[in-house]
Amino acid sequence: MTEIKRGWNRRKTMVVLMAFSMIFLASVAILGHIFREEAMVTDFSRKNLAPCLQYPFGTDFMGRDMLIRTIAGLSMSIRLGLLTAFISAVIACVMGLAAAVLGKFADGLILGLIDLVMGIPHILLLILISFAMGKGFIGVVIGISLTHWTSLARLIRGEVLQLKESQYIRIAEKLGISKGKIAVKHMLPHIAPQLLVGLILMFPHAILHEASITFLGFGLSPEQPAIGVILSESMKYLAMGKWWLALFPGLLLVLTVLLFHYIGETLGRLTDPGHAHR
Amino acid sequence: MKLEARDISFQYDNGYRKILNEFSLTLDSKECLGLTAPSGFGKTTSCKILAGYEKPEKGQVLLDGKPLSSYKGYCPVQMIWQHPEQSVNPRLRMKEVLNEGDRLEERIVEGLGIEQGWLNRYPAELSGGELQRFCIARALGERTRFILADEITTMLDLITQSQIWQFLLKEVKEREIGLLVVSHSDPLLKRLCDRVQKLDG
Repeated sequence: MTEIKRGWNRRKTMVVLMAFSMIFLASVAILGHIFREEAMVTDFSRKNLAPCLQYPFGTDFMGRDMLIRTIAGLSMSIRLGLLTAFISAVIACVMGLAAAVLGKFADGLILGLIDLVMGIPHILLLILISFAMGKGFIGVVIGISLTHWTSLARLIRGEVLQLKESQYIRIAEKLGISKGKIAVKHMLPHIAPQLLVGLILMFPHAILHEASITFLGFGLSPEQPAIGVILSESMKYLAMGKWWLALFPGLLLVLTVLLFHYIGETLGRLTDPGHAHR
Repeated sequence: MKLEARDISFQYDNGYRKILNEFSLTLDSKECLGLTAPSGFGKTTSCKILAGYEKPEKGQVLLDGKPLSSYKGYCPVQMIWQHPEQSVNPRLRMKEVLNEGDRLEERIVEGLGIEQGWLNRYPAELSGGELQRFCIARALGERTRFILADEITTMLDLITQSQIWQFLLKEVKEREIGLLVVSHSDPLLKRLCDRVQKLDG
């Protein structure tokens, strides 16, 4: 009992760390957008410089500043992740609710669709959709959105099915409370945290998949400063000892993914009443 | 008003033996009826049927001569369940649970010994007995004509039991609400009820 600090607990530590992560990610996203012109600037008088004070991440074979290029690439990844995670979450929500509410036939149909999407290897389906949609930004967004909704949709379907049969919701029906009100008041508080956490935990997937299909050449176009483009270009120069080209962008990508993961997990814990008194 | 169950037979979907066979019961809104049987003889099931949670295979439930299912919206027959923890949404504060009741009077909340401090808590922060008071209060809304009390005080200590029953008896007598008390305890039923019916499997 001697260890208790007044007014400070683990929840608050989590909130502070989460806020820091969010500020970091937001500032990367904004900075990258501001510097998107500078990221394209080439200057052959400074090409292939190793990391130094002026260029902490070094420069590449066209004399572009790797720090700015990395931030611009990450910014692109974060915005793309946000967009695709949001679209997938909306699809998941609609599909999950429809499966749970619209009866046996709709349920079977949607479950079949989920199995179909899950059954094909992720990356393959992604490449196919992205390629069919003409690659580029739109292709990547549609590809990732259409492949990532499945597990969340399943989760929501299960949750709604379980809630529908729970005692307190059946009692609410007998108390004359309307269906809409039950959905908003009784079901939403159970589903919303799951949806939000699911959405945030989808970011890392979306970002990594964007980077990987771009790396493979089926994603964003080569002139765009994306992490996938940076990594695939640096492959050619790695063997020549230009280690900084891949190391820093790669590390920052991992950091971004980890921060999103941390935010998602923390949010999940904070919104669970079972953890209310930690 | 009269709540009537006529020749009800019931079996759960799992293909188990028939739980209720030609079960009949009449409950007047001025009386207090006891219902008793050993475990697994369908006490809770008959409550669920009488309150409209389950549809009987054969027979019907009549409220004032009309089928219970024809009453839309607020159901005049309210059941209080045995497990209060499962009867309230863990994500809603207790005051919202009370708000679901049909225009509850302050008198009911006070009479059941519900403290103001509990209203802002979540169900996980209350004990079973405290929760059960909320469930009883919620069922005593304005349009309630019958209360089915399914072992509602089984898990409570004797003092709390007597407190709750005294209030509930007074309330149903005053408002002419019919009360069905389901219990294993014969002394309790003898004390509370005008007559006792035994379920036989």
